[in-house]
Amino acid sequence: MRAIPTGNLDYFSFLAPGILAQSVLFIAIFYGINVIWEKDLGILQKLLASPAPRSALVFGKAVSAGMRAIAQAAIVYLMALVAGVDLNWSPLALGGVLVAIVLGAALFSTFSLMIACLVRSRERFMGIGQVMTMPLFFASNAIYPISIMPTWLKIVAHINPLSYQVDLLRALMVVGGTSTFGIGIDFLMLTGMLVALIVVTSKLYPTIVQ
Amino acid sequence: MPQPTTDIAIQTDRLTRSFGSLVAVKELNMTVRSGEIFGLLGPNGAGKTTTIKMLTTMLPPSSGVATVAGHSILGDSIGVRKRIGYVSQMISADGALTGFENLLLFARIYGVPRNERKQRIDEALAFMGLTEARDKLVRTYSGGMIRRLEIALSMLHRPEVLFLDEPTIGLDPAARLQVWKRLKELLETFGTTILLTTHDMEEAEELCDRIAIMKEGVIAAEGSAEELKRRAGTGSMNQVFIHFAGEFSDSKPNFRDINRARRTAKRLG
Repeated sequence: MRAIPTGNLDYFSFLAPGILAQSVLFIAIFYGINVIWEKDLGILQKLLASPAPRSALVFGKAVSAGMRAIAQAAIVYLMALVAGVDLNWSPLALGGVLVAIVLGAALFSTFSLMIACLVRSRERFMGIGQVMTMPLFFASNAIYPISIMPTWLKIVAHINPLSYQVDLLRALMVVGGTSTFGIGIDFLMLTGMLVALIVVTSKLYPTIVQ
Repeated sequence: MPQPTTDIAIQTDRLTRSFGSLVAVKELNMTVRSGEIFGLLGPNGAGKTTTIKMLTTMLPPSSGVATVAGHSILGDSIGVRKRIGYVSQMISADGALTGFENLLLFARIYGVPRNERKQRIDEALAFMGLTEARDKLVRTYSGGMIRRLEIALSMLHRPEVLFLDEPTIGLDPAARLQVWKRLKELLETFGTTILLTTHDMEEAEELCDRIAIMKEGVIAAEGSAEELKRRAGTGSMNQVFIHFAGEFSDSKPNFRDINRARRTAKRLG
């Protein structure tokens, strides 16, 4: 484990934010199946026939995924505590972690909704969901730093939103943690990607009942 | 209640929708007057649901135009959606919430002013005969009660036009009569225009002022039940259907639609 350059952190402390982001990702990435269920139940048709803007329907789903992720975060914090990770308990850092969790879950659940709008059936969605999780996870800085990656993987990691979420969590969650990209860039990238995904998914949303 | 802005509630002009090489609705010209109950009949796959989806702005037409409650489905889809109610064939009320909570959710989605919400909900519950079931979970409701709740949900914002996709599918005769009674009262009290689809010929005859029978994406015949019977030279609406839609309406089997209808019927029964 010493072969991996983790800066001034031990590997467990380096890994804890990655595991938190991963647990949020793995749940959020299957969130889109909800919309396929809602279509089959007839709820979605009813919502689409209401004057609520499509973007509000998508944003509502993103917020609910964000709220659910907070419960997951609490469990990962508990596990990190048991593993002896030196967690940063300052209220400001905790607030930042909370925002990072909600943003990340909102982003990946909206990505998942977008995929659901494209594939439209549960069977295809489950298969594609499985295929997406691993590349997102491994082509990020969740378990090893970007600096040791080959160039092509570095490029992928830089457009992978998970990297920005992990970077943010690494700076805020553990004592002595630092950000590679800068906290401001992390927030900006996550927010920007979330907004872009909401815009695209809002356009695709009605197509699921067509 | 917003007054109907025009005497014509729905007008379509060469409304067309195709899916690949299949033309589901072909140059449909249809007029529904304000304050009438209009029945859209036809075999599975005739284009009824596609027509409703276009009129409720869920599905854009491939060509042609339509106005609903005076607003274009293309240029002002939100204007249309503010003025319509929609009850899908499937059960869309949430079983894990009470009748009141279901209504509250939709009152918020439709932007019913906060200070009017409770009163409107209680009125809607009373109107649909659900006052006693107000605080019970919807999963404990009977099939007829669920349908009446769904109609109440779609009426909270006092729409000018109400779309009902097979409103009494899977209901026993007593529950069906209750739904019919409430729909007629709705029309008398609020003057709501209703467009409904059904496979139940008795329902079409009992409820609809005018009926259009669709076949392969076009209207094969249109008129009151009496007119259609006269034209078909028969006294039975079932015979009217066969006369205009053809005896072998199974030419286009639609597994998904039939699966959905049976599932709804099972859940309601």
